[in-house]
Amino acid sequence: MSRRAITLRVNGEEVTALVEPRLNLADFLRQEAELTGTHVGCEHGVCGACTVKVDGRAVRGCLMLAVQCEGAEIETVEGLAASAQGSELCEAFVEQNALQCGFCTPGMLITAAELLDDNPAPTREEVRDHLSGNYCRCTGYQAIVDAVMDVAAKREMS
Amino acid sequence: MTEAARFSPLDRPNSYVGRSVSRPNAAGLVRGRGRFVDDLTLPRMLHVAFVRSPHAHARITAIDTAEAAKMPGVVRVATIDDIRDYCSPWVGVLDHLKGIKSAPQPPLADGKVFSQGQPVVAIVAASRAQAEDAAELVDVSYEPLEPVTDPVAALEPDATVIHPELGDNLCFQRGIDAGEVDRAFAEAAHVVETTMRFNRHTGVTLEPRSILCDFDPSERALTLYMSVQCPHMSKNLFAKHLGLDENRVRVVCGDVGGSFGIKIHTYPDEMTAAALSVMLERPVKFVADRLESFVTDIHARDHDVSARMALDAEGRVSAIEMDDLTGIGSYSVYPRTSGIEANQVLNLTGGPYAHKNYRARARVVFQNKNDMCQYRGVGHPIAVAVGEHLMDKAARMTGLDAAEIRRRNFIPEDAYPYTAPSGAIYERQSHHACLEKLLEACDYKGLRRDQSAQRESGVYRGIGLASLVEITNPSPAFYGVGGARIASQDGCTLRLDPTGGVTLATGVTEQGQGTETIVAQVAATVIGIDVNDIRVITGDTDAVPYGGGTWASRGAGIGGEAAFQAGKALRWNILGVAATILQERAEALDIRDGCIVNAKDGMERMPLSELGRIVYFRGDTLPKDLAPELVVTRHYTQNQYPFCFTNAAHACHLEVDPATGLIRLLNYWVVEDCGTVINPKLVAEQTRGGVVQGLGAALFEECLYSGEGQLMNGSLAEYLLPMAGEMPDIFVDHVTTPTATSELGAKGVGEAGTAGAPAAVMNALNDALQPFGVEMTDMPFTPEKVLRALGRIGGGGED
Repeated sequence: MSRRAITLRVNGEEVTALVEPRLNLADFLRQEAELTGTHVGCEHGVCGACTVKVDGRAVRGCLMLAVQCEGAEIETVEGLAASAQGSELCEAFVEQNALQCGFCTPGMLITAAELLDDNPAPTREEVRDHLSGNYCRCTGYQAIVDAVMDVAAKREMS
Repeated sequence: MTEAARFSPLDRPNSYVGRSVSRPNAAGLVRGRGRFVDDLTLPRMLHVAFVRSPHAHARITAIDTAEAAKMPGVVRVATIDDIRDYCSPWVGVLDHLKGIKSAPQPPLADGKVFSQGQPVVAIVAASRAQAEDAAELVDVSYEPLEPVTDPVAALEPDATVIHPELGDNLCFQRGIDAGEVDRAFAEAAHVVETTMRFNRHTGVTLEPRSILCDFDPSERALTLYMSVQCPHMSKNLFAKHLGLDENRVRVVCGDVGGSFGIKIHTYPDEMTAAALSVMLERPVKFVADRLESFVTDIHARDHDVSARMALDAEGRVSAIEMDDLTGIGSYSVYPRTSGIEANQVLNLTGGPYAHKNYRARARVVFQNKNDMCQYRGVGHPIAVAVGEHLMDKAARMTGLDAAEIRRRNFIPEDAYPYTAPSGAIYERQSHHACLEKLLEACDYKGLRRDQSAQRESGVYRGIGLASLVEITNPSPAFYGVGGARIASQDGCTLRLDPTGGVTLATGVTEQGQGTETIVAQVAATVIGIDVNDIRVITGDTDAVPYGGGTWASRGAGIGGEAAFQAGKALRWNILGVAATILQERAEALDIRDGCIVNAKDGMERMPLSELGRIVYFRGDTLPKDLAPELVVTRHYTQNQYPFCFTNAAHACHLEVDPATGLIRLLNYWVVEDCGTVINPKLVAEQTRGGVVQGLGAALFEECLYSGEGQLMNGSLAEYLLPMAGEMPDIFVDHVTTPTATSELGAKGVGEAGTAGAPAAVMNALNDALQPFGVEMTDMPFTPEKVLRALGRIGGGGED
């Protein structure tokens, strides 16, 4: 299969690669960009583990092809964690034990960050609704909701 | 004062037992720095994909791999004839399950396939995508055979026998007949009976099963990077069936993306991947995709139960009788067998109650479906649901309140240790205390008042209670006595480093439940150092003491006690050296916050880093007869009882919409007793996560098969899991009854949530449906089934 050259920015760094047209974004990030924080849980767009930001919006990395991302700005969990806002969310997740195995966590963090960008003071129900596209098999979700609410409360105070 | 009491109070420095310490390993996971198997890449690594059987039962008449072998990137196409000499078949039986039988299970299909998804051909290529491209060109010819899917039909005399050499389709059966059951039923004032269906479902670990096999021919050494629960067990099994020296097989288990009992079994695809690494002398990676996970990860439950309960006029249970039939797929899973779940159903039904007469039968049946084996809760959800449903029915029949009838029937407080008619032995349980605390937490009376008021306005709410016992801290009676090399003991090695920090290596494993944190908390408390000064190593069989890993809720109770004993030993070794250096009696010294201090007044005498410096670098300044030993290992086996039982009481509050059949969970409460609570937050989170898996089983999850043995919902779009929006907040509180079998006093907590939730949901649902005079016992309780039960849509059958 003939490869195509793509150039995009991942967590602020320019990445150029020759990729097969069928390579999805999640596999591209893991295999080509060597950022293994983005996880692949179902490869059919349901579980949410591969969620990353593409040009500011949360997207399923398994439902988008790498070649569709020519010129795009991608943010993965590694980039989110390195930002001030993301780091606050990461710390809240650790504090509340909002992760057990940690496999869903990168997608959960990206999705939660998007929610707080759009709605800085959500209710618990709104948090639960927004996170309903991200499966977590370990926690039962309550601690994740607690962590997101903690961050929202903290930001409101400051 | 016991050692545990001495170290438990939270008023001394470094008292971590009882504190919600955050998990250090979580910090990396939230930053995308986890190390899961699929994150690893080795030089010259290959990938394997499988051609799997589309049939539930068929004879293989021909396999043509010629076209596949020519595809780009393909290194090897293998059938059973290619790997037969590299991997021997296995048989999933245990000596102590009398009469259990199974057929030899090959790594790749050998002439016949017995379930959809069984691997037939392996393709090894430079990338997974290339291997899958080639897999599409493999041509396997099948002669379909009669699929045997219904367990009842499988036992008929004229049924097709799945493995003819076994004679019939009965894998295992067991009976219990204790006391005078017939007499108890004849003399009963009340008898309640039921039939129940427990849906087949599966674990759905978000990280699929994953293995990276790296064979080094120069030493005939095999390193397996695995997402697994029991590294030492895997080391043994891979060595045995690949014909390698066990001492040269190393299992390395990094981060595990969920396990729940799924990653504890022998899978043909993983064995094949390892055999191919040996054959090709190159690293071979296999990561299951989601469809492969659905059709080949072990499934769970699939039980049909009929049961009845006899009671006297005061509502006291006099006897229980039950019959359990379970379909387990085409093989008993190796090495734990598929007989254990039914065995536990028999052992545990009616567990909290003081009845003397008990008759039960379990039959475990082969069928042409995916294999069934131990998943979180193993048998408990069935046993608890059967007993608790009968208890609620008895309450309705006798006119007693659901809480009151339980109070009347709990094992009396003065009867412990208590032997149940099933043979289960309970050291001490706190059923009364848990139930009373639960009723207060949920404002049971208030819920009942609300229920009556709401019914007036056509809102149907239900309250369901469930009391349960749970097996934890297993002794060798679980598997060891049956001949399986599955360790029930575990070890902990502690090393005081020159910095004054401690390196801790433990045989128990981390799957996200927080084991690494718990063993560090225990060791730090006992030694007297900051918990952040302990670095924990798990999962590498070359680096940790021999142990059993994660199963049967044993990490905290067994691994924690090993850490406790190792901590004590290291502490005394340190104090002995300090006493020599400081010219003081060891008894007059203590360790606090990483410093040697005077026991009496806490005055600092010497930091551990100074002691480390002297011992490691200036041994010349120490007396010649002093042999400082700053590395210690201690092991622990729980040998006093077959198991340390925990107990819990659950309450579920839900609302049923009779127009749509939708069930809305309003609240959920758990009061549990796992003995000494090492980390309250982790106990609560294990409980919540477990409850939600149980709620999934009761309301959503089912592996739906056609009559021909085809799984019809093998994707996450069709197999429903609990999501954030549907789950309630879950209240968790504790009653603490430490086990006297260990100094730490901790029991397990990993499975109790899953054990109790289906029963509590079912009881709440049936409570809500009382005004309609219907009862539901067929899980999962989907809206469609609710509407059928209410007569709102057509009766039984397919429409």
